[in-house]
Amino acid sequence: MPGQHTESPGARAAAPSTPSAPQVTGEPMTGAQSLVRSLESVGVETVFGIPGGAILPLYDPLMDSEKIRHILVRHEQGAGHAAEGYAQATGRIGVCMATSGPGATNLVTAIADAYMDSVPIVAITGQVSSKVIGTDAFQESDIVGITMPITKHNMLVTDPAEIPRAVAEAFHIAGTGRPGPVLVDVSKDALQAQTTFSWPPKLDLPGYRAVTRPHNKQIREAARLLTTAERPVLYVGGGVIKAGASAELLRLAELTGAPVVPTLMALGALPDSHPQNLGMPGMHGTVAAVTALQKADLLISLAARFDDRVTGNLDSFAPHAKVVHADIDPAEIGKNRAADVPIVGDAKEVIAELLLAVEAEHAAGRQADLSAWWTQLDGWRQAYPLGHTPAPEGEVSPQDVLARISAISGPESIYVAGVGQHQMWAAQFIDYENPRTWINSGGLGTMGYAVPAAMGAKAGSPDSVVWAIDGDGCFQMTNQELATCVINQIPIKVAVINNSSLGMVRQWQNLFYNGRFSNTDLHTSVGSRIPDFVKLAEAYGCVGLRCESPDDVDATIKKAMEINDVPVVIDFVVHRDAMVWPMVPAGVSNDLIQIARDTAPDFEREN
Amino acid sequence: MTHKHTLSVLVEDRPGVLTRAAGLFARRGFNIHSLAVGPTEHPGVSRMTVVVDVDELPLEQVTKQLNKLINVIKIVELEPGASVQRQMLLVKVRADVQTRSHVLETVELFRGHVVDVAPDAVTIEATGSPDKLAAFLKVLEPFGIRELAQSGLIGIGRGNRSITDRALRSA
Repeated sequence: MPGQHTESPGARAAAPSTPSAPQVTGEPMTGAQSLVRSLESVGVETVFGIPGGAILPLYDPLMDSEKIRHILVRHEQGAGHAAEGYAQATGRIGVCMATSGPGATNLVTAIADAYMDSVPIVAITGQVSSKVIGTDAFQESDIVGITMPITKHNMLVTDPAEIPRAVAEAFHIAGTGRPGPVLVDVSKDALQAQTTFSWPPKLDLPGYRAVTRPHNKQIREAARLLTTAERPVLYVGGGVIKAGASAELLRLAELTGAPVVPTLMALGALPDSHPQNLGMPGMHGTVAAVTALQKADLLISLAARFDDRVTGNLDSFAPHAKVVHADIDPAEIGKNRAADVPIVGDAKEVIAELLLAVEAEHAAGRQADLSAWWTQLDGWRQAYPLGHTPAPEGEVSPQDVLARISAISGPESIYVAGVGQHQMWAAQFIDYENPRTWINSGGLGTMGYAVPAAMGAKAGSPDSVVWAIDGDGCFQMTNQELATCVINQIPIKVAVINNSSLGMVRQWQNLFYNGRFSNTDLHTSVGSRIPDFVKLAEAYGCVGLRCESPDDVDATIKKAMEINDVPVVIDFVVHRDAMVWPMVPAGVSNDLIQIARDTAPDFEREN
Repeated sequence: MTHKHTLSVLVEDRPGVLTRAAGLFARRGFNIHSLAVGPTEHPGVSRMTVVVDVDELPLEQVTKQLNKLINVIKIVELEPGASVQRQMLLVKVRADVQTRSHVLETVELFRGHVVDVAPDAVTIEATGSPDKLAAFLKVLEPFGIRELAQSGLIGIGRGNRSITDRALRSA
């Protein structure tokens, strides 16, 4: 342990997206009114939620708020994911709301999801009256206890005078440093009681300081390595998008000439079309990206966290590489892979400082020649581009559907995926040119994420075309939010990649369980249509379209593009045995990447 | 091979702070050897003294993860040479007319105190380093230990400096 003092030095925290609210002193009102005023004062414009007993007092003054739009969802999980989608699309803090007990526990999956992917959301939950807390009262659950491991912070408020400070602290914590979910649980009696409202409150967080400014010495060392390495790779994580550092990343890539490997969470941080972008690494990454990491002599990790889906077997990951690891969360550095140069800081500031330091190295005549490295990289890229085996005659290839949606809807659209094969194909076959245009559940892998998250993204970014790329399994978990979309005029487009099964699980059963398909057949297109997604869409008041032939793919997408007043659901009936390739089987070395079943790249052959 | 490390953790005195810390240790797989919580000279600030059984690298993870808890103000590792570390125990030992004087002699040797006497047992209070208390118990064992209660370890740095003062000034 380096030295005795392990607390972080004082530093400025990135300002949350809060406009300056007018100063107020001692205005009398109820706790519920104070909570609404506090939310207004931190700049909340959109809230997703469902009322219930314990939070009823809050919903009454919420009805009168002219600043806050409350969107009534159909399930609290939908509220949570919508808050995430809103946050990911806009960079602002998403807000969801639920009552005590089951309302609050229904938020748990979304909160855990936000925690894993560092999404800034604030969850406001009602709690039973403080007089009966601890008595197993009706709809009582200890949501603060339940969400302790999956929130950045949480708190129970039973004193109405504490409400403004609790809200201000929650938004400050959620939005600064490494972003994350914060839950504020407010007892019913605190909402009902008379109190006074003052703004701004004084934050009382002696143990919270986010370090954003990197250490100079470490930056210089990173720049020295970066300008002397022969096979460097910029390994870029989702934090680069959260920090709004895409422009800086582009400059760093072009200044150093190093290849860039953006993780699943970082797609769009550097345009896919950029010649230095090798594509996604990891279990379903490109051969070039995976192999570049394996052969690299230097990894510059920028706001990435060496997740197991990226590293494969950790002991054999990037075995020749020195590691510069920059992250705003000190605990990520050295957690999975030891760092030679640890840098704690905000990605935007880190990259900005790196740029200056690399320029200084160049000015001193130190610049690496990467031409031999690029010859290798280009060889892998040309030999093993992303591709797929065509579907049997007359059947639709799911990969083609994603590629065509990308081509027709374009890089200004926002694409939101669920979890599974369709998610990986969306990552692989849609071209991302801009940050915050690719939204998915990366860390937790939450099926059912797409529809509510797309709803949140569209609510936050109404002028963008927002696609939910969903699977037939995922879609059945959360499609009730289509009702919310129709009623609140949030016209998302949903592409259900319908292979009539839990496709990713089926793929693993195909590869690792001798094709024994235990409980993965969903009967949504093969043999029966239960449910019929087109009829389901129509029942919700959406437009339902179906595409079952490769010849209809373009026409169906174009038709969906023309409908902008209501949500559209397209049931793309696709070849059910299509698989996601390349693939590194779970737990093995990335050196064992396969480009198709039982087919490994031949790295020895002449390019 | 793991080593015991003593962490002195200053925390805000708020409901749930012990649960947050204990839960963090449990879910990240860190083994807590001993844990003691009490107030400090500053109102609103408590000290948790945690003894963990880990290597250097996991120890760094422990402190970094603990530091992420919003209610944790500061963490300092107490090095054995540069700090005073004590535990307390209360032990009820069989002691009748034949053995009582031997027991009392042992208590004297270890600078313990008899806090309760019954016809066939005495209850002893003792403080000291974990090593000293272990040695004390070993010597008492032949008499027959009827019941034992031990506190977690607490510790404080040697010299005139105060980590609470410095922590709260910089906060």
